[in-house]
Amino acid sequence: MSDMRCDISLTVNGETVHETVDARQTLVDFLREQLVLTGSHIGCEHGVCGACTVRVNGLVVRGCLMLAAQCEGASVETIEGVSDSGEIADLQAAFEKRNALQCGFCTPGMLLTAQELLATGHVPSREKIREHISGNYCRCTGYHAIVDAIEAVAKARAGGQT
Amino acid sequence: MKIVDDSPPVLTALDRPNSYIGRSVPRPNMSRLMQGRAQYVSDVVLPRMAHVAFVRSPHAHAKIKSINSDAAKKSPGVIAIVTGAELDKVITPWVGVLTHLKGIKSAPQHAIAVDRACWAGEAVCAVVARTRAEAEDGCELVQVDYEELTAVTDPETALDPKTPVIHAELGDNLTFERVHVAGDPDKGFAEADEVVETTFVFGRHTGVCNEARSIVADWNPGEQRMTVYQGTQAPHMMQNLFAKHLDLQEHQIRVITKDVGGSFGIKVHTYADEMATVALSKLLKRPIKFVADRIESFVTDIHARDHRVKARIGVKKDGTITAWEIDDLTGIGPYSVYPRTSGIEANQVVNLTGGPYTCGNYKARARVVFQNKNVMCQYRAVGHPIATAVTEGLVEMAAQRIGMDPLEIRRRNLIADDAHPSQGPSGIKFEALSHHEALAHLDAMMNYAGLRAEQERFRKQGIYRGIGFASFVEVTNPSAAFYGVGGARISAQDGATVRLDATGAIFCHTGVSEQGQGAEAVIAQCVASSFGVPMDRVRIIMGDTDNTPYGGGTWASRAAGIGGEAAWQAGKALRQNVLAVAGSILQAKSETMDIRNGIVVDKDTGKERIGLDEVARIAYFRPDTLPSGIQAELVATRHYVPRAWAFSFTNGIQASYLEVDTDSGFVKLLKHWCVEDCGTVINPQLVDEQVRGGVVQGIGAALFEHCLYDERGQLLNGNMADYLVPMAVEMPDIEVGHVVTPTADSELGAKGAGEAGTAGAPGSVMNAINDALRPLGAAPLTDMPFTPDKILRALGKI
Repeated sequence: MSDMRCDISLTVNGETVHETVDARQTLVDFLREQLVLTGSHIGCEHGVCGACTVRVNGLVVRGCLMLAAQCEGASVETIEGVSDSGEIADLQAAFEKRNALQCGFCTPGMLLTAQELLATGHVPSREKIREHISGNYCRCTGYHAIVDAIEAVAKARAGGQT
Repeated sequence: MKIVDDSPPVLTALDRPNSYIGRSVPRPNMSRLMQGRAQYVSDVVLPRMAHVAFVRSPHAHAKIKSINSDAAKKSPGVIAIVTGAELDKVITPWVGVLTHLKGIKSAPQHAIAVDRACWAGEAVCAVVARTRAEAEDGCELVQVDYEELTAVTDPETALDPKTPVIHAELGDNLTFERVHVAGDPDKGFAEADEVVETTFVFGRHTGVCNEARSIVADWNPGEQRMTVYQGTQAPHMMQNLFAKHLDLQEHQIRVITKDVGGSFGIKVHTYADEMATVALSKLLKRPIKFVADRIESFVTDIHARDHRVKARIGVKKDGTITAWEIDDLTGIGPYSVYPRTSGIEANQVVNLTGGPYTCGNYKARARVVFQNKNVMCQYRAVGHPIATAVTEGLVEMAAQRIGMDPLEIRRRNLIADDAHPSQGPSGIKFEALSHHEALAHLDAMMNYAGLRAEQERFRKQGIYRGIGFASFVEVTNPSAAFYGVGGARISAQDGATVRLDATGAIFCHTGVSEQGQGAEAVIAQCVASSFGVPMDRVRIIMGDTDNTPYGGGTWASRAAGIGGEAAWQAGKALRQNVLAVAGSILQAKSETMDIRNGIVVDKDTGKERIGLDEVARIAYFRPDTLPSGIQAELVATRHYVPRAWAFSFTNGIQASYLEVDTDSGFVKLLKHWCVEDCGTVINPQLVDEQVRGGVVQGIGAALFEHCLYDERGQLLNGNMADYLVPMAVEMPDIEVGHVVTPTADSELGAKGAGEAGTAGAPGSVMNAINDALRPLGAAPLTDMPFTPDKILRALGKI
């Protein structure tokens, strides 16, 4: 019930945050409602659709399957953080160029998931890209353009390294 | 301005210097969507805002005997608990009928059920609290005493005399029936060498928008105004309906639509819980927010399809189609949805079946019946996937029966490209279509002969691949014939207002809205081109009934064709106004000048005369220097509605190439092609992506998506884990090609493109599966979705 509350300290997009949360509050509700970081979205609330994807201690997680109270001491990164830092600027440019988003609701999660794959440094096949983003629902694009955009960035990053 | 595909467009009559028409300009709204800086309704927070959650009926049909909210009222954070009877004093019920659907009937639907719940998921009580979580806590404490009634769930028996009538006052469970006979179908069947007959089934499915339906209603008693933030496709339609049922004037309602997380036809209807939210704001005099959770979405977002079509086709040995007959039965839940009705899809099935072909001997019946399931209504490509799959399934079965290639039978029967204007079997009128050119384009694009050879090679290795086609027509750019003539206050026309700002940039206010299709970009392309400024000097204002011309919104593939034309004309009008001012400044004749790239130039030589910033400076700040009698008019408005044709039909053809694993029943999609003709292509990339997204939604219907109900009216898979939608790994690459046949009804010549993909994909996938399994002697599969168990059953393996 809502009378069970706890204090947490964590960093969110590099900023230290001290907040009191309901024990039952999910990480994504905490980010959206208490910190007003509304770039992380809520689609299914049971870990299927990927709209709430965020990074916790460097790993991509579902913000609806983790409680805020579990984030004591953690480093949380959201789409707002990785956008402002420029970490995924090339990926965002590729999504824009390829029109790899329509309504945009899945896009923050899709970008973070794609960045996880791209961070391995390999140039994945289209099949591998499709497999990797298959935890992220997109109802608008049919995925083709998203795969194109991720593939283009993988090739560009690999080209830049050699 | 950056352009994705920088090949210059083919010059047409409407091309101007620096034209953006026909170029893949990126959408201006993408950056904020990608950076997490969008504003969806679910993100909106207002001062003193409270949240509502609904107690929903667990029964498909039940009398509400009593509601006890004593415990809930004491729950922390709870502000108010409101029943249907209490809310009925604030908002009146509605009936979803239109006069042009003769005989359609429905019962009054309340914002919250009063006395009786008619489907599992209908709201029976509202709990308003400080937070959504606290509202849900309150819901758990509300005690509703139900008396379960018999649920009517099977459309096949809905009209039987022994089946209970859901709304006694209506007399029976028939919502709507249409019978249509054209030509001489009896003679046509008598002349046929072969008659192929089968039954097609289209499972119920739904939109599964990633952002669930969301609304924030803010009644301000001090201003006597209601501001509604709503993820809707039709802001002005909702303004009218809120006013009508809350006993307010339309000018007292402002509907604001910012970013919308997917719509696909789901968000163009009246939802009882959204109406309740607006009424609760008026009742409680504070902002109220409702965001459906995923389970609520599955049991209350409109469902779609759910058709059973008995169909037959007559064909001669030379491939000539001689007659068509269909008998469609569809179950639509307990109410016809307001205000567009739930009769439109069946009506469309009758209109569109046989549409691409010359054979005019046609007999059709469609019946729409009530049932105790969630409501059913118009979803992307309304009726098209059904009519197309029925028609194209019959055509390929007929081809198989007479031993003819499936493309050849189409060549012999599709309406000739030079035969227009023409009409379909139902009498629908076609201005100009390009079936044969589209077919030839597809044939070449997919290397059909090569694929057939490859298919044959694989068959010898025991690998079963199939190729399936679907020719189609698509309704776009609807005139008032769609809804207005039936009495619905849904605008067919759309307007655009363009104004020059004080620095020479322009604002364009448009009645169409954006849910990701790219309407914002397309409107900007049109107005930038016709006025004569770079696109980065254009700002589009949309989705606000206080600040946009009256318009219909975005649905039925109308935004580019109708809204785009209005913007094009408004840009032209403002150009004339600005040139009149420039002419008086320069002492030159305005007709000798043009505006190009933001600068007034001599039309003949292109010589720069004066910048728009300077024209604006003089007109706004030093009008005293203009000759006496010259008043600068730096705002122009134009409206557009199609008049010559009730609908601007587009056409196209799709092909699916797939492999069926005959051990597991799984279908692997290898490739998909679509060639379509949407007239003038304003933005090639956006059209291609509309087609691709539409194709995948159609594939979802063909292979995965199904709202499974039991016989008691309980939805069995109302969550994203059990209700399957297409995921990236299952989807093929999709190649898109175009034929361009502009409509002469508008200067732009653009038709719609948003539903072509969804119209043809299910039929082409069905035909490909049946093509794959044919050598194995499987009976044709006609019951969508084609799940592995159905395929294995057809193969006799289970």
